[in-house]
Amino acid sequence: MRLKRILTMAAAAGLLAGAAHAQTAVKIGVLNDRSGVYADLSGEGSVVAARMAAEDFGAEAKGITVEVVSADHQNKPDIGSNIARQWYDTENVDVIVDVPTSSVALAVNEITREKNKVFLNSGAASSDLTGKACSPNTIHWTYDTYALAQGTGGAMVAQGGDSWFFITADYAFGHALERDTTALVQAAGGQILGSVRHPFPGSDFSSFLLQAQASGAKVIGMANAGGDTINTVKQAAEFGITQGGQSLAALLLFITDVRSLGLATAQGLIMTEAFYWDINDQTREFSRRFAEKHGGAQPTMVQAGVYSSVLHYLKAVEATGGKDPAAVMAKMKEMPTDDPAFGQGTVREDGRKMHDMYLFRVKSPDQSKGEWDLYEQLAVIPAEQAFRPLADSECPLVKKG
Amino acid sequence: MFELLGIPPQALFGQLLLGLINGAFYAILSLGLAVIFGLLNIINFTHGAQYMMGAFVTWMLLHYFGIGYWWALLLAPLAVGVTGVLIQRFLLRPLHHLDHLYGLLLTFGLALIITGLFRNYFGVSGLPYQAPALLSGGNNLGFMYLPNSRAWVIVASLVVCFGTWFMIERTRLGAYLRAATENPTLVQAFGINVPLLITLTYGFGVALAAFAGVLAAPIYSVNPNMGSDLIIVVFAVVVIGGMGSILGAILTGFGLGVIEGLTKVFYPEASATIIFIIMALVLLVKPAGLFGRTA
Repeated sequence: MRLKRILTMAAAAGLLAGAAHAQTAVKIGVLNDRSGVYADLSGEGSVVAARMAAEDFGAEAKGITVEVVSADHQNKPDIGSNIARQWYDTENVDVIVDVPTSSVALAVNEITREKNKVFLNSGAASSDLTGKACSPNTIHWTYDTYALAQGTGGAMVAQGGDSWFFITADYAFGHALERDTTALVQAAGGQILGSVRHPFPGSDFSSFLLQAQASGAKVIGMANAGGDTINTVKQAAEFGITQGGQSLAALLLFITDVRSLGLATAQGLIMTEAFYWDINDQTREFSRRFAEKHGGAQPTMVQAGVYSSVLHYLKAVEATGGKDPAAVMAKMKEMPTDDPAFGQGTVREDGRKMHDMYLFRVKSPDQSKGEWDLYEQLAVIPAEQAFRPLADSECPLVKKG
Repeated sequence: MFELLGIPPQALFGQLLLGLINGAFYAILSLGLAVIFGLLNIINFTHGAQYMMGAFVTWMLLHYFGIGYWWALLLAPLAVGVTGVLIQRFLLRPLHHLDHLYGLLLTFGLALIITGLFRNYFGVSGLPYQAPALLSGGNNLGFMYLPNSRAWVIVASLVVCFGTWFMIERTRLGAYLRAATENPTLVQAFGINVPLLITLTYGFGVALAAFAGVLAAPIYSVNPNMGSDLIIVVFAVVVIGGMGSILGAILTGFGLGVIEGLTKVFYPEASATIIFIIMALVLLVKPAGLFGRTA
């Protein structure tokens, strides 16, 4: 009799759980730049990546309905904040993904914490997202300024680049990238000879390049991104910077930027990325499927990060049987990550997603065998070395033992 | 070492020269705007998009037809100028008798549509355009390394600006144009085809924008947003110079380029705003602009 009651209750509970499961509807908001300087590296491609993650996960079959919405934050924190509030307050968005442009990302980070939702950042760079601005509701997925400094900065220092001049985009991202690279260069005994902060976005960098040239620094560090970096590299070639014996460090360069520059101008640049389509069979297969859906363009690391983060989020929703932010976040940090774009990884308590980073060099036109054959891999930077150690963390979530 | 305002004089000369080069772009673009405003009374907000089209046509000529930079200097302004003629004939002319505001709204809308179409097709990252052999490389002037491509920009823009000024202020054709602006009915009565004159003037102003686009192609990233970034600054230049003043547009263009260049040395964070600060000051003191005449 007692056994029968227990069985009945268990069956009823199972039925209820099943029913609850079937009702889980997840709404994902892809918030990024859809018309400005970062539109090619995030933009519609990130929306494609989010949809692809939902398909690959087989959400429908698992009783989870996924709706993907998107909006253009125009790289402006006020516009991004308004969209985020509207999405959370009136449109039942559960999770915001991507959000390039660190100033916008930091704003969305705060709003997400206030509204108790989930923010999976792929596009922004500032390491503050897992540092002093870290939040229990945010995971910083793909890369950050600390890792870029370790990768590209470290490689330049190892080559003897012990004096630096920075050309920095004048907003949160540029400041963070300059700060993290400065720390690395100084720790290695190098010197910072000067820096100049240019308005974002800019178009003419000749004046700044001339100042960098006059400084006599061995390395000119470009702490900017997208169209700004493209113009800086293009004009550096025009002004014969590298022929003069100075090296250029593109601290953040995306595959779309290299395509825009053309190999003739970009060849030899050293850069750090979290993802490249041609790393292994898994990434090639993933990228081939992505390219089919996105007009033949290979995914950038930001778009690959959106795919990976959405996939992991959906796994956590399935595992917890609901979308309670605290439970899902705890599950995401507990479960190891595994996807074709980044392989295996983990999410740390400060919200940092851990995976290896790669150091690449841009190929010369002779070396390149195809339209997208652009990088030569120089080194793999293990996750523990690429990202800021917890011991140095300013994040209040990290318990210091 | 002897220093001027905290920086070595060599560096200062270099920055002045760079400012002048950037000013050359402002000069050609604001000249086009001034010609169009002065003679047609249209505030041409499509100007930035037409500059961008000039750069894209240059890229297309090379990419699809193998036609190089030097021919592009002629062909791109011509091609974009023809689109300008069509815009004037079929879209702007019907608005001729209405307030300025209608022309402004129409051209602004067109700019958004054109930029959007290019963005949709080419993306925002931009396209690579290599400078022709003659323009790659440069010379060491002692105080700076001057790339040939930049030196060429100054020469080309001075020639074009002087040519335009001369044509409008010193030739018979220019006299017709100025007369047609003052009193179209009377000039028409003398047997001059005023509507044709106006259409061609708009086409010419647009061609100037496209010419600046060709000059920009080897220097800046050729991307759909290149015009919208620039057009607001150029409008400020025109306002400072005095709406419709040909000479004012040219001189202010070069002058503000230099001031902006110096700001990039002394306080780079303000280099995007300095022109608007100057605009506000000029409007306070001389509402018609430095070279404008009050009606």
